[in-house]
Formats: sequence, structure tokens, C-alpha cells
Amino acid sequence: MALSNVFETPAPGFNFDNTSRNAALEGLFDGGQTPKPMKTGTTIAGVVFKDGVVLGADTRATSSEVVADKMCAKIHYIAPNIYCCGAGTAADTEKTTDILSSNLTIFSLNSGRNPRVVMAVSILQDMLYRYRGQIGANLILGGVDCTGNHLYTVGPYGSVNKVPYLSMGSGDLAALGILEDGFKHDMELEEAKELVRLAIHAGIMSDLGSGNNIDICVITRQGVDYIRPYQVSEYKDNRKTKYKYRPGTTPVLTEKVVRLKLEVVQESMQRMDTA
Amino acid sequence: MAAAASMMPYFAQQISSKNDLVPDWMGQEVSTGTTIMAVEYDGGVVIGADSRTTTGAYIANRVTDKLTPIHDRIFCCRSGSAADTQAIADVVTYQLGFHSIELDEPPLVETAANLFKASCYRYREELSAGILVAGWDRRKGGQVYCVPIGGMMVRQPVSIGGSGSSYIYGFMDSNYKPDLTKDQCLDLTAAALSLAMERDGSSGGVIRLASISESGVERKVILGNQLPKYSTH
Repeated sequence: MALSNVFETPAPGFNFDNTSRNAALEGLFDGGQTPKPMKTGTTIAGVVFKDGVVLGADTRATSSEVVADKMCAKIHYIAPNIYCCGAGTAADTEKTTDILSSNLTIFSLNSGRNPRVVMAVSILQDMLYRYRGQIGANLILGGVDCTGNHLYTVGPYGSVNKVPYLSMGSGDLAALGILEDGFKHDMELEEAKELVRLAIHAGIMSDLGSGNNIDICVITRQGVDYIRPYQVSEYKDNRKTKYKYRPGTTPVLTEKVVRLKLEVVQESMQRMDTA
Repeated sequence: MAAAASMMPYFAQQISSKNDLVPDWMGQEVSTGTTIMAVEYDGGVVIGADSRTTTGAYIANRVTDKLTPIHDRIFCCRSGSAADTQAIADVVTYQLGFHSIELDEPPLVETAANLFKASCYRYREELSAGILVAGWDRRKGGQVYCVPIGGMMVRQPVSIGGSGSSYIYGFMDSNYKPDLTKDQCLDLTAAALSLAMERDGSSGGVIRLASISESGVERKVILGNQLPKYSTH
């Protein structure tokens, strides 16, 4: 089935291109450990409330035991009315959401319509299913469109679930406990934000892979409120020394300037046709 | 895609490994590990399913809807891999919809079942999907077709599927009689699913029921606290 709005028509059938590449890479490292990808080891959550959707995420990105990024942005822009939280392999979630965002923009321009959340979900599901789980992206999509407020989750194998509230990532069990206890249908905005904040906070406290600050994104018919950070970590440390050195710290002993000789080989001019 | 793969140096991606902060079950495929059931009666069919979707030991969705509409009077009950069954159901919905528009007639349940069989059999090595196709059409009335893993297709008056079905074969064999009424079918389905959900760890949540007949589709949900109760002591 060809989508006229997508830049390149996807080839039919399953895509196994990456398996030969993976096998070759394993050979390259002589059976040793291939470098570990940066994973977001995350807590992300989403809640549907009366006027829209609230998405929340922590901001820690880990590479095995080291925190690679303390202020990682896990809530990605898809469309003016659709945002996506990503858990799993950081590169995969980034790239997948980028591709999705481009496709939806092309669609919007082609058709003159605002994209719907269910469209984003279908495109994602199609792509992830074709890659047979090789793309490690666990995504929460939330948005508001003409049909209402929606929250979906898409798994790495391409399974989709539509639910009023959910959490994903390594801290999802802790966050889900808070959500199960506190969720009510048709909550007010402040209630919903507080619930998501508590859920992410629970994930941060109980999971090693989540931490640092909390980002919140509120999507309503009126617009989007991307609050980054919504809550700053209470464990911020103060650096004792600065690692930036002012110019002149290293004394210059000698200086030698060598001019690069460039010679003009060919010069051509073409007149532009002007109407 | 092939050109892109050779352009830049990539590092092999792993979804989970020993040293990870991400728990093991995050890397496992989402399975519907289920109990599904479909019964024919004179004038239609009754279908039912539990609502649990698991990723290893974690329940990814406790309110799943495994009764998926394929056409106005044709449904399918999904068990096995969530991604595979959703994908197949999408493909068949498209194919059946197209076929129905071409014919300018509501499609036959047997056609839907054959479309499922075609996909499940052709890709039998790659897929993990056990599906019950059930519905009503003018030619043969209520019909239930079973398309298990491997891609067989056979019509049966009553069919059960999924991991929880193993626990209720005895119940089905002893309690099913031909020529049941619609309400008797609904009660039988609710009772059978309830028993299976009690014993099977991968089934649970709520019971979703639907009855399909000439006049339309009626959906019902039996919540956890309203389930028929059985006690061994």
C-alpha cells in the first residue's frame, strides 16, 4: 500500500538489511563486546485529562552504568498537536520520531490538513513491525486532534495499545503504581500535571536508570505547553572548580605562520537566464 | 535502505543484555497469551476474550480489546504475538474491505477466514498468530472458523484458542450442546473464560463479549468483580 504523503515508498515485505550488518560488526570486534548503545533507561508517562493530554519524562540518559546525559530531552516533537515520549535505545527513538515528524509534515503540506494522532500511530506501527523488533523504541504518543484527546503506546515489535494513562521505560512499574492509584477520568489540568509529576518522581526514586529533572508537556486544543524542566532534581551538586580556562592560561613560546598556496585552476561563468 | 546501511559506521544495537539497567522483560516481545472463544448459534455467533497483554511477566495492558472488527458483521479474536496479529488483522481488513467494495455486497465470513489463512500460512515461519474468525453472513448465517498457528483453517461450531484454552477443553466438551440460544452461548462463554482466567497466568482482567447477528453487533464487558465465581474449596 503506497502512501502518497511519504517521501519514499517503503519496499513490501520484511526488512532484514540490518542482520548482515550486525553479523559483520560482531566479526569486527573479534567476539568481544560491541560498544553499548546509549539507552534512555527511563521513566515516561502520559495521562489523558479533560482538556487534552499530559506527557512527562525524566531526563537521564545512561550508557551502561554511566549517566551519559543529565538533561536529555525525551519528549519529542512530532506535529504541532502531537508529541512523543521515547524509551529504549536513544538513537532509535530520536531517529524514529524524526522520520515520523517529517512524514507527517509532508502529509500536512500535501493535504492541507492537521495530522491526527492515529495517523502517527499507524505510520510508526508499520515501520516498527517491518523492522521486526530490531529498532529498540518504546514510544508513548499523545496528542489532541479534531477527533479528541488520544494516548497510544507503540512497542518495538509494532504492537499498539490505546489507553487513558500509561507509563513506559525501566521505571514504569513504580510510575504505574502512582497512576493506577491516582487516575480519574476527566481530571483538571493541575490535577493531571501533579499526577504525572508524582509518577515520574516515583520512577526516579525507585529506578537507577531514571533520574535528574522532570519534563512535562501539556497538549490541549489551545496549544502546547512544553515545560522543561518542570521540576529540577533536588540532588543537584555544586562544582567546586571550573573546567573552562580563560584565554592566555597557556603561554605561547613561538609562533610561525605558513601561507597556504592556492592557485586558480579554472574559472568559468554562466549567465543566468532572467525573465 | 540497503544503501544507507553501508554509508556510515554503525554499532550493533541490542535491546537487552546482562549488564543493562533495563529489565529483561523490556526486550521481550509483547504477547497476547490469551483465552479466546467463539460459539455459533442459530442466527449468529457469540465471541469472547480476556483482556490481558503480557511482555514476559509484566502485564503491558490489562484492558486490551482482543475482539477486532474486520468488517461490519465479521470479527476476529486474536491470540499470540500482539504485533503480528494486529498487523495481519490490518492487512485482512484492507483486503476484505476492497473485496467487498468490488462485489458491492457484504463479504462472506468464509472469505475473511481464507484471507487470514492465506497470510498465516504463507508467513508461517515468521508469524506467531492464532486467530478465530467469526461472524454472520446471509449465505450461511453464523459461522466460526479457526485459524491456529501454522495456517490451518477449519469451520467449527465452537472453538477456543490461546494459552488459557488448554484448561477449559474438558469444560467445553462436557458443557457444549448443539442448538443453544444466544443467551446460553453468552453464559457458556463467560463461564469458560472465567475458569480459564482463574487458572492461566497469562489470561485475566475483564471479559469482553460480543454477539454478532443480522441486526448488528452487541458488545458487553464483564468487569473483574462481576466474573462468575468458582471455588474448589
